[in-house]
Amino acid sequence: MHFRRNAAEKLNDDRLQQALKKLQSRFVDSRATALAELPNFPEIREAAAAIRQRAIENLDAYLLRFEREATARGAVVHWAEDIEDANRLVVEIARRHGVRKAVKSKSMVTEECGLNDYLASVGVEVLETDLGEYILQLAHEPPSHIVAPVVHKSKEEIADLFEARHRRPRNTGIAAMCREAREVLRPGFLAADMGISGANFIVAETGSVLIVTNEGNGRLTTTLPRVHVAITGIEKVVPTLEDASTLLRLLPRSATGQSITNYVSILTGVRGKDEADGPEHFHIILLDNGRSRLLGTELQPMLRCIRCGACMNHCPVYQNIGGHAYGWVYPGPMGSVLTPAFVGLENAIDLPNASTFCGACADVCPVKIPLPDLLRHLRRRQVERHLRPRSERAALRLWSWAARHPAVYALLTRAAARLLHRLGGKKKYLRHIPGASGWTRGRDMPAPSGRTFRELYQSRNSK
Amino acid sequence: MSARDRILARIGKAHNSGIAADVDGEIRRRQRGPLPPLAGDLVKRFGERAANLASDVAQAHTITEVPDLVARYLRERQLPMQGVCWPALAPYGWPAAGIGLEARAARGDDMLGVTGAFAGIAETGTLMLLSGPETPATVSLLPETHVAVIESTRIVATMEQAWDRLRAERGALPRAVNFVSGPSRTADIEQTVTLGAHGPYRVLIVIVG
Repeated sequence: MHFRRNAAEKLNDDRLQQALKKLQSRFVDSRATALAELPNFPEIREAAAAIRQRAIENLDAYLLRFEREATARGAVVHWAEDIEDANRLVVEIARRHGVRKAVKSKSMVTEECGLNDYLASVGVEVLETDLGEYILQLAHEPPSHIVAPVVHKSKEEIADLFEARHRRPRNTGIAAMCREAREVLRPGFLAADMGISGANFIVAETGSVLIVTNEGNGRLTTTLPRVHVAITGIEKVVPTLEDASTLLRLLPRSATGQSITNYVSILTGVRGKDEADGPEHFHIILLDNGRSRLLGTELQPMLRCIRCGACMNHCPVYQNIGGHAYGWVYPGPMGSVLTPAFVGLENAIDLPNASTFCGACADVCPVKIPLPDLLRHLRRRQVERHLRPRSERAALRLWSWAARHPAVYALLTRAAARLLHRLGGKKKYLRHIPGASGWTRGRDMPAPSGRTFRELYQSRNSK
Repeated sequence: MSARDRILARIGKAHNSGIAADVDGEIRRRQRGPLPPLAGDLVKRFGERAANLASDVAQAHTITEVPDLVARYLRERQLPMQGVCWPALAPYGWPAAGIGLEARAARGDDMLGVTGAFAGIAETGTLMLLSGPETPATVSLLPETHVAVIESTRIVATMEQAWDRLRAERGALPRAVNFVSGPSRTADIEQTVTLGAHGPYRVLIVIVG
């Protein structure tokens, strides 16, 4: 992962910068408006965090209850240790039911698994049906936001893509493009043998999978094909339908500023004997992939996450570089915690540092995850494990030694203050600091006055 | 050891406990979270909120008025007058109003779907539909126009009240509970909200009584 290089590239990408501005105004403002209509928002938020906390603290018991209920209704519950397990299970299910074509509704867990490529490699055709994910499938790109996956693309880019791939007259109106995608995708839904979805929550009380969508593709994916496979992380369990209802007051509001998504589907078991629609086979895959390793550690609160995306919408770092710069499936502050946790701290060395610690992410999190604390914890672990660059470690050792020797420290700072003052010249601004060009490349720094704090303090006292 | 055993063992070890918590007792309590205060008439609020979410809302005194009302709605918008409906809604004089409905699950090319609703949620202006042999889920999903007929007595304040009613009247959950809040929509292209993504382009809610 090359976070620094990616970030620099994204900062200079004009189209992306325009798209990000739009995202910021729409999601940030709509969230604020939508939450203002809940006069007891603080209590609801408190309750939501407590529900997720209780589920995580009793994860095994709730998962076993979920498994029992789901099985009693005719679903088959599978457990996957890692993404290889999950992908292999999906292929086995596809083979067992003679599946050739699959449709998929939006799922970040399947992005985590790289499921599409895996299925394609064994001859199962997968069609993404969320409009944003479908566009990305045509463009062979990963999502850049967990809720608005194609936020980085302009409508002209999408029009080009549709024209090239659909071989239809070019549409540039957004409504016309949406209708075009609907017309292209509808036959895909009708022809599919298998529907693949994620789950926003799984309900222990009833063994149900709960999915929120706006487009209706989630409903089509889980209603029309004869096989439904839902893949979800083990942490998504909630105890009761009442608990799900509490969380649903916050999830869409935090995500897109909607009081509720267009569709909330609660799916329990398979098609009944006399029913004309619904899948005949329902498989649920519970994926661990590093989640259980977070239990009992400082990172455990991260498992409360309900994937609303509010932390990234409000993050000054995400707002300026977008999601792709983060290098893996989950971007923004939640991604800066999850990516090191799932792929290894040594493989995501810059992410815990991709934060100004302004605290906006924690302020807007509907389940009160203390994201800056978790990032700080990861920074500390980086230092403890000697993962920071040699030059940084040497510089910090030097500083630490100087700080423990006040006389030396005073001498060094006096010399530095004098030098920087002279470098500032008449304009009293530093255009370039040798050895710290990263700071001055994009901005000028006011030059120091030439005297250190200690000198000023001493002269004031002596007056 | 299976993946299941290994995952459960890791969770148990992290919590430093066997599976001790009385989750079944906890679940049986079905404790409600804090509810938002809902002042005023529920039916009125349901209609207002539904309209806010881009549903069209109409009132009828009795179910027999509904076919003419729906016919007017369709004609004004020059929409197709043929489609499908839930069997329970078939006998209400649709042909006399010029509407042709077949009582069956919907196919990909049906243009009009008429359903009832198990409940209406006043908090958000949301329809609650249950799947079943007599209430196929596709009727509210595949056609471009969805008409939902709901008795005013079926309107409750919150999702929590609807769960109570469902448990009292049905016991178990049906295969699918679908909460529907207006026409399908997407904002994936440049964050611009567009109605009619993969589901209906329009939803007409007729409140009866």
